[in-house]
Amino acid sequence: MAEFWSGFLLPLIIMVLQILAITVPLLVAVAFMTYAERKIMGAMQMRQGPSIVGPFGLMQPFADGLKLFAKEQILPEGANRVVFYVAPMLTFFLALIAWAVIPFDYGVVLSNINVGVLYLFAISSLGVYGIVMAGWASNSRYAFLGALRSAAQMVSYEVSMGLIIISVLLCVGSLNLTDIVRAQEKVWFCIPLLPMFVMFFISALAETNRAPFDLPEGESELVAGFMVEYSSAPFALFFLGEYANMILMSAMTSILFLGGWLPPLPFAPFTWVPGIVWFALKIAFCLFTYVWVRATVPRYRYDQLMRLGWKVFLPLSLFWVVLTAGVLVTFGWLPK
Amino acid sequence: MAFLDRAARSLFLTELLGGMALTLRYMFKPKVTLNYPYEKGPISSRFRGEHVLRRYASGEERCIACKLCEAVCPALAITIEAEPRDDGSRRTTRYDIDMTKCIYCGLCQEACPVDAVVMGPNFEFSTESREELFYNKQKLLANGDRWEAEIAQNLAAEAPYR
Repeated sequence: MAEFWSGFLLPLIIMVLQILAITVPLLVAVAFMTYAERKIMGAMQMRQGPSIVGPFGLMQPFADGLKLFAKEQILPEGANRVVFYVAPMLTFFLALIAWAVIPFDYGVVLSNINVGVLYLFAISSLGVYGIVMAGWASNSRYAFLGALRSAAQMVSYEVSMGLIIISVLLCVGSLNLTDIVRAQEKVWFCIPLLPMFVMFFISALAETNRAPFDLPEGESELVAGFMVEYSSAPFALFFLGEYANMILMSAMTSILFLGGWLPPLPFAPFTWVPGIVWFALKIAFCLFTYVWVRATVPRYRYDQLMRLGWKVFLPLSLFWVVLTAGVLVTFGWLPK
Repeated sequence: MAFLDRAARSLFLTELLGGMALTLRYMFKPKVTLNYPYEKGPISSRFRGEHVLRRYASGEERCIACKLCEAVCPALAITIEAEPRDDGSRRTTRYDIDMTKCIYCGLCQEACPVDAVVMGPNFEFSTESREELFYNKQKLLANGDRWEAEIAQNLAAEAPYR
């Protein structure tokens, strides 16, 4: 019995608590992200944003969530019932499991695997399945078109994103996310690799289907894209998944380019702040920029989106990979 | 050169950054919105809102059933029936306004010789059913009692122009 307790049950309980310690703050962050988005967009359009529910409207996300779950669930006629309900779950699930490898501070990581970047990349690529399944199972033209667009878009931008990550990996010499952050102790990668940073950010916008690349749900032409037939809880899951993905992409940006949990300057007043706060601040900055971009630019046309992905980002990132590698080899800066 | 210029501009995202700087500046500007149900914008004294039937200070209703408003109403929204009262004065027995027909032109108010039917400052009278918008005399008189202060003020302000 003692064997069972110490060998199996205790580690299991600790693991579950660790998972809860990540997912619960994450979901709260998702809730307040929707609030922050509406507030920031409101301010940029000289409006107030939500201001009625609770102090400064802070309870608005919970009111919205309650409203969503109180709505009727509708299954469209001719829809594939199983796939229809699995799709939002998959999206939500994938958005959450990616957090297993994110290091919040030195050593504060659920599983410190040595192929963290690959894992993240694989999970974010799988995200397209949720969308394609939703679009196909809905048995609706709008949803189907949205899903097709989304699939093509995510595949296109993943190519250049992979190349961008490769150039980071060249500078680090490891796929472990903790190592990637520690390699930035001298200088964050957003400075030597600035063009890659900008391209990674833009690709992340496309990857998470955010404005100006929100064509999969472009409401002016596809009503709501792949989500058109969803209501109530499944819709809420898509919504949560989408925002959790945004936060994940921001976390990835801060780990790869903004030095993860490292303070901006390595001396006294900055080092007093715990690393997890710096990490959260960097994520918050990235998320703010997501909303900022959404409030600024109009939606791309689909052919422009494809042109940007294949004819601009792909050659540019390929060129930068070669350049980075060349510089590293020429000056003998290759990591051991 | 023009090509290089254009290429450089799109490559360095100058216009995008310019746009983003603009939105950032706007973020710190004061808000222009009103907190509507708690805060309301000013309304002209000529505002044509919900109709009311007014009374004299004695409590006697003003309307003398001349039916000018019924005759002038372009939408045929007003229906009036009248007969002499016990004291011999001519009064309406029925004064209905179909608010779903009304086009808020204000001609009834213009036509009225005794300022009995007036369009008040109230614009928040939405209802949950259509039937509630078929106003009868009782409802219109109640409106008059409710909005008399504002209406008297508005009419006084407009008097020099009539």
